[in-house]
Amino acid sequence: MADTALQRRPRLTSALGSALQIGLPAATLIAMLAVIFWIRPSAMSYFGFTLLFKFAVPLMFAALAQMLVIMLGDIDLSIGSFVGFVTCVAALYLDEAPLLALVILAASIAVYAGVGLLIHVRQLPSIIVTLGMSFIWLGAAVTLMPGPGGTAPRWLVAFMSWKPPFVPLPVLIALLTALIGHLVISRSSYGAVLRGAGANPRAVERAGWSVRTIRCAVYAAAGALACLAGLTLTGLTTSGDPNVAPAYTLLGVGAVILGGGAFTGGIVSPVGTVIGALTLALAGSLLSFLQVPPTWQIGAQGAILFLVLAGRILFSEHRS
Amino acid sequence: MRAIPSANREPRPGAASPVPLIATRAVAKHYGAVRALVGVDFVLAPGEVVGLVGHNGAGKSTLMNVLAGTVQRSSGAFCYDGAEIGAWGAREAQACGLRCIFQELSLCANLSATENTRIIHASLRGLGWRRRARALITAALDDIFPGHGIDPDRKVAELAIGERQMVEIARAFTQTSVPVRGVILDEPTSALGHTPTEQLLAHIRKAAADGIACILITHRLNEILAVSDRVTVMMDGAAVADRPAAGLTRSDLVAMMGSIEAHGGTGRAIGPAADGAIVVDHPGRDGADRPICVRRGEIIGFAGLDGHGQRDRLRAIYAATSDVPVAYVAGDRGAEGVFPLWSIADNLTIRSLKALQRGGFVVPGAARALAEQWAARLKVKAPDVDTPILSLSGGNQQKVLFARALASDAQVVLLDDPMRGVDVGTKQEVYALIRAEADKGRSFVWYTTEMDELSNCGRLYVFREGRVVEEIPGAQINHARILEASFGGAQTGASHG
Amino acid sequence: MSLRLAPWSYGFLVALVMWVATICYSGTGSAIPTLSSALVFAAFSVVVGTGQMLVIASGPGNIDLSMPSVLTLAAYASMSIMGGSDAMVLPGLLLAVAVGAVAGMLNYLAITALRLPPIIATLAWSFVFQSFAFNLGGEATLKPPAALSEFTLWSIGGIRVLPVAVMGLTLLAVLVLKRGVGGRQLLAVGQSERAARLAGISVGRVRLVAYTLCGMSAGLAGFLLSGFSGGAALNMGDTYLLESIAVVVLGGTSVAGGQANAIGIWGAALFFNLMATMLNTFQMQAGIRFLLTGALIILIVAIVPRPKAG
Repeated sequence: MADTALQRRPRLTSALGSALQIGLPAATLIAMLAVIFWIRPSAMSYFGFTLLFKFAVPLMFAALAQMLVIMLGDIDLSIGSFVGFVTCVAALYLDEAPLLALVILAASIAVYAGVGLLIHVRQLPSIIVTLGMSFIWLGAAVTLMPGPGGTAPRWLVAFMSWKPPFVPLPVLIALLTALIGHLVISRSSYGAVLRGAGANPRAVERAGWSVRTIRCAVYAAAGALACLAGLTLTGLTTSGDPNVAPAYTLLGVGAVILGGGAFTGGIVSPVGTVIGALTLALAGSLLSFLQVPPTWQIGAQGAILFLVLAGRILFSEHRS
Repeated sequence: MRAIPSANREPRPGAASPVPLIATRAVAKHYGAVRALVGVDFVLAPGEVVGLVGHNGAGKSTLMNVLAGTVQRSSGAFCYDGAEIGAWGAREAQACGLRCIFQELSLCANLSATENTRIIHASLRGLGWRRRARALITAALDDIFPGHGIDPDRKVAELAIGERQMVEIARAFTQTSVPVRGVILDEPTSALGHTPTEQLLAHIRKAAADGIACILITHRLNEILAVSDRVTVMMDGAAVADRPAAGLTRSDLVAMMGSIEAHGGTGRAIGPAADGAIVVDHPGRDGADRPICVRRGEIIGFAGLDGHGQRDRLRAIYAATSDVPVAYVAGDRGAEGVFPLWSIADNLTIRSLKALQRGGFVVPGAARALAEQWAARLKVKAPDVDTPILSLSGGNQQKVLFARALASDAQVVLLDDPMRGVDVGTKQEVYALIRAEADKGRSFVWYTTEMDELSNCGRLYVFREGRVVEEIPGAQINHARILEASFGGAQTGASHG
Repeated sequence: MSLRLAPWSYGFLVALVMWVATICYSGTGSAIPTLSSALVFAAFSVVVGTGQMLVIASGPGNIDLSMPSVLTLAAYASMSIMGGSDAMVLPGLLLAVAVGAVAGMLNYLAITALRLPPIIATLAWSFVFQSFAFNLGGEATLKPPAALSEFTLWSIGGIRVLPVAVMGLTLLAVLVLKRGVGGRQLLAVGQSERAARLAGISVGRVRLVAYTLCGMSAGLAGFLLSGFSGGAALNMGDTYLLESIAVVVLGGTSVAGGQANAIGIWGAALFFNLMATMLNTFQMQAGIRFLLTGALIILIVAIVPRPKAG
């Protein structure tokens, strides 16, 4: 017994560490908000929140989609162009031929599941298969709609500009998705199996689960979330554009990592991912409020990414 | 303690039962041209403990994988609980109450012990699943390893390797809707310390008394003899002998495995160059820790219970030694030893590139000559040095790693428990080579978890709780003295209990 | 499938098919000009791809997403210092390569000091480098010196010099990976970082060199490309983000690390450029080109047998 007792470390530090993984991006988010409100107190209002965060909604869904794929130890380089494809489908057909639009979207979710199947069965690197898929979605979108155009259905636009009582819509959506994500991925018994499948697929396979089915289902869920990203984006921009969201791919990855995820598989946090997406969406606004010249804004975004991640890594190292 | 369903309880463990739990007939498995199993007949009665021994590559793990459903047999018949079984997968094995503890850990490191328990129990779902799973694994741990001190809600990645092994073992004995009928343990004790090993062996007997059949695979023959009702010996993919364990001795087993046990323990080699120059002088980390000093031609042993800081000290010496060339032979071949895409020659020469280069480019002829010379000296079994390393058996891969260190310019070779899971014959060959190299003036620092290996050393440092607590000169090396130092004097007696 | 072709040969095979298809459509007279121009365009992809290959081979997860912005930044920096003067071509080249080297080191520094996943570290740097390039040149296109433009278009006896020079670079990479001490160490680190460390290899130094060389190749590509295409422009690197990864993987390099193929990059790069040519001659829409590109990437990766690591 002597040989096991000495290797034990206090449990408290471990809990503290995982709290910091999410706490730090959350603190960053609050600090950024504080700066904005200090410069422009009028932003601290129902309307201000709506304005600041409305473009965070699609990014949030795209980041959650990316999170699911990263949970399996894979990466999806096609989310950005897929979101563009969805905006085109929504703007072209959702109003006039809603059934056709739904069939196309359902089929594209099936394609996502198929990509998962292909990656699993042939043991392919996801980075390269989804890279190929990004060309395919872009090509499909450009074929449908060579440039920006179409119109979003009125109900979609109305939903995205809906003003629920007390809580601004983007905040409401963020709270709901974070809660649902947390319950499904971090708390539920099936969430444990999914995370296990990402970290040690052989072990999960040996326990009698089909990792192939898991991968297909998770990819399909990622596709569905990316569809939500595309639909909400269409509701905001009121039109479709194949090239509207290429940045979502890597911003989504950034949000997952900011939120405490890791590429090794099985380590993701839905709450952290939502916070990460809000942080990244807010960074642009913050820089405008700080009157950073436009030529430096993108560089400053890179710097913010560095700062938050560096802080997270320093804090998480502290405990071990 | 959990109640075991009485339906499966056998009055006498090991007694012949009319319906065996597992019965295979002429089960074979081949991967392309490689025949891993060539027609194995194997029977396991309910409540019976069978010890399975054999050299590396004898087919033990393949057989277990076939039984556990993780590998599909190529041909042969398989009966479970009296019923002829066609397709047999991991899911079916789980559903029939057959569990397997695999040689490499099959826990998900990112999950807690509680969540890992959920993975193998389909019925742990819905509200309150976490509470039920935690209770289940805690009860199993308390039952098998009293005083384990493992928090079931900590991520497995944060546990020490021995603790992980304990979680994996305990998990295999948990049961929900399906009663546990049989447990296969493939090298379960390789990462366990002394006390947990004793606790596990005791538990296997207790489980057998409750009707749970066990198959135990281990290279530690004493453990086989301690718990088995019956011993099956495998060689070259076939079961070659099957005897009741009663009355068998260690040497009987070794003879059955087809190799002669060397007289380890009596032929204690003492380094001839005790007055040689000091090549390593590594200070302790604080006043309570002793410095480590290695002379030319010495073989130094690191003893003590597993995981008490020996490996960390080896790494520290490796990092701190820069004035003499050092080589490190890793025990964890897969993760720290081999370069899986390369041939024997590439793997063997990587440590010696600087000596083999001219103008920044490796001279091909010289590299090949070096590889062939050392592959021959270590008797690596392969057609030639261009053979991919992964096509070799574990023991032969380990020989290549030894050759990598010995072929290099290293004056000091650090051995990180490299013989773990290697068959007896290979071990004896390597021991002889280490002694020969030491006689030529090379120094070895050898961390081992196997007491017998320490008899090859000229001097020992015993570790306890991360520090060197005692230095034992060669003439005084014996089992009792090491145990005494490992446990801190007074507790020696308790360790056998 | 039953054909046992080496993984890297598929790119060449597909490129050949597309070349033949183009010739069939527009006559045998187009054969040489088509190939010649594809070789020149491919040469730029190969320069970028060879750098990316070194990084990808240095271990799973290693990737450089900052190549496009390093390429652009190096192009702007060198165009600025040369100011269109032929005398300044050599300093311009050195500056471009130096900018790339510094960028590569910064990438690796962020990865190792902040313990960031390479994908994130290089992404964050790419934002910063992009900002630098933006401030250096703004929206304007900076013109290259005449001598540089002439070099990139130079041909001797009908054979373009630039692709031949880049082929020399490829051969050097092949030799270093096969025989060079550094190359062996890179592949060892790529297969198993821990095993490499215990075999006495300085993992950090090997990766630092890989990232630095990658940055330098981006700088060199930026320098040559701005000479070829009439100046530095802000979006000149964009296509190389995905293409640099695609040519490396289609060229037979494993994204799991530890295995690299420099020659295969040529096949993949030719495939990309000949396909563009072919679809242009067929007067296909851009959408079809994207679809075909994606489908072929997936198809080739899916059917090519890959080396198995344990």
